[in-house]
Amino acid sequence: MAEVHLEKVVKKYGELEVVHGIDLDIGHNEFVVFVGPSGCGKSTTLRMIAGLENISGGNIRIGDRVVNDLPPRARNISMVFQNYALYPHMSVRENLGFSLKIAGKDKAEIEAAVDEAAAILSLTPLLDRKPGELSGGQRQRVAMGRAIVRHPDVFLFDEPLSNLDAKLRTQMRVEIKKLHRKIKTTIIYVTHDQVEAMTLADRIVIMRNGSIEQQGTPLEVFANPVSTFVATFIGSPPMNLIDGVVKGGQVVFSDGTSLPVPPRYSAAEGQRVQYGVRADNIMPIGHALPPEEHMAELDMTVSLSEPLGTETILFGEISDTEIQAKMLNPRPVEPGETMRFQITLDKCHLFDAESGVSLRT
Amino acid sequence: MDANRSHRLRAHGLKLAHLMTLFVAMSIICLPGLWIVLNSFRPTVEIMAKPPIWIPNDLNFDNYRAMFAGAGEGGVPVVTYFMNSLIISVTSTAIAILVGMAGGYAFARYRFRGKSAIFVGLMVTRAVPGVALSLPLFIVYARIGIIDTHFGMILTYVAMNVPFTIWLIDGFFRQVPKELAEAAEIDGCTRWQAFWRVEFPVARAGIASAGIFAFLTSWNEYALASQLTRSVTSKTMPVGLLDFTSEFTLNWGGMCALAVLMIIPALVLTFLVQKHLIAGLTFGGVKG
Repeated sequence: MAEVHLEKVVKKYGELEVVHGIDLDIGHNEFVVFVGPSGCGKSTTLRMIAGLENISGGNIRIGDRVVNDLPPRARNISMVFQNYALYPHMSVRENLGFSLKIAGKDKAEIEAAVDEAAAILSLTPLLDRKPGELSGGQRQRVAMGRAIVRHPDVFLFDEPLSNLDAKLRTQMRVEIKKLHRKIKTTIIYVTHDQVEAMTLADRIVIMRNGSIEQQGTPLEVFANPVSTFVATFIGSPPMNLIDGVVKGGQVVFSDGTSLPVPPRYSAAEGQRVQYGVRADNIMPIGHALPPEEHMAELDMTVSLSEPLGTETILFGEISDTEIQAKMLNPRPVEPGETMRFQITLDKCHLFDAESGVSLRT
Repeated sequence: MDANRSHRLRAHGLKLAHLMTLFVAMSIICLPGLWIVLNSFRPTVEIMAKPPIWIPNDLNFDNYRAMFAGAGEGGVPVVTYFMNSLIISVTSTAIAILVGMAGGYAFARYRFRGKSAIFVGLMVTRAVPGVALSLPLFIVYARIGIIDTHFGMILTYVAMNVPFTIWLIDGFFRQVPKELAEAAEIDGCTRWQAFWRVEFPVARAGIASAGIFAFLTSWNEYALASQLTRSVTSKTMPVGLLDFTSEFTLNWGGMCALAVLMIIPALVLTFLVQKHLIAGLTFGGVKG
């Protein structure tokens, strides 16, 4: 069993505090993804769990052991690095078996474990090659194989896919998910790519400036972002945010158009807010999902269209803010064409303009 | 069509010119070496002949035979000189490489106060010409009684080589990604094991080349050795060459024969290590 608990974990470099007292409980077999822009402290947090960085305050527990001052080798973890970090002077077989050899396991045992890992990751035909003779995707799989061979308590992935091309990334994403099914271990995965986070995670932890901004299942954080930061970070295209002022149950934008305050949100009269609506919830009438309970309509002039096949992204403007909308069953759209859009109010959001915090009741 | 042909001809012509130039350049570089080897097999009459005799007509081993003969018959203690050179060069190289590895690793991996100042300081020591040190060294060595000893020479060459090996090895360790050692630590290694089992083998090629440089420097050094060695107990081969000079004559043939003996180990070593140099360059453990 390996739960991972972080209690008020702090990291300082001299005077500079880069991780500010993180609390996090990760369950056994859970797949947790740390996501955030670069410099948010996600990799540092991962490296503190690994023992590659010492912690400046707080506690880290793996299972029921406090591991604060244990070196990496005593933590029973394994890690996949962004640049793979395969040992270039060893064959794939030796790379995979290295940890077991260091642990003093006998030859037969090492061989069995290496063969098993190689079979899981279809590396068997490559066992006698050197890392230099492998493609990017193969190196990535060797790095994963080296991690699973020891049956660690916790797997750590540090942006493992960011060096791969787009197609391979999608493919490896699926493999990582399958791997998790197969080997059932706690996984902590760091990425700056929200698509990876959404597709892989049991739970997403969104980090910003050394603190946790929000955590929850991918669907929870998508549906109920606690702040404009999360709202624009999670989901593609990012959520549209329009500045406005609350007046009599309406949010009035600077150009005079207005939309009703979304259900389940409340704001004081005269409060400056940001109105959030995802492209999926603003669609041209006739090319939209069937209307739901609370709807609104407005006109928008399309300045650009991006056909994606099954849908088209339409760019327009509401009160000088660029808006992306989604068109289903697309037809060709000429720039300059004005269309009428329907907005699903149940899925809209309202944030305080100053703090960016969600105004959900 | 014609344009293609003229370009092809020009490419061939350029290539030919390229090879010819290389041949001429290499000939100029190699000629002195060849001349020494050739002269070691020729009698003095032929070496000194004017105009020079380019194509030898009398090759023999007389110079070698004389060199290995006893004193008084033109012989010099070649074996002793060779052993002196070997002991001094190998020991000083080994020490310089060990210190260089420790120092180079520290400069490549750790941050500490005064790092760049220390580094510059090390480099500045290289700017002092070796000969300028010979008199101070002579006086100091004479006072503490290590003149004309292996130890004294080893000490001198270690001091000469360490800044250079640190600088070279630092560069090679910088090329080894930090993640390799981290991966090894996660795989169960101690810091020490991670170094010896992963970082050292990966940087081995570079360390070997630093080793060659250090060895050749000590093996060929003359200026300091000629001051700090006095007798057969510590004279190295370059200093031994002087045994062929006497008041009125220079035994060129003998000198060349000893020079050839000096060159051989250096050549052999370079060939041996060269294999490592190439084998060590199979990188690819990380995305680069």
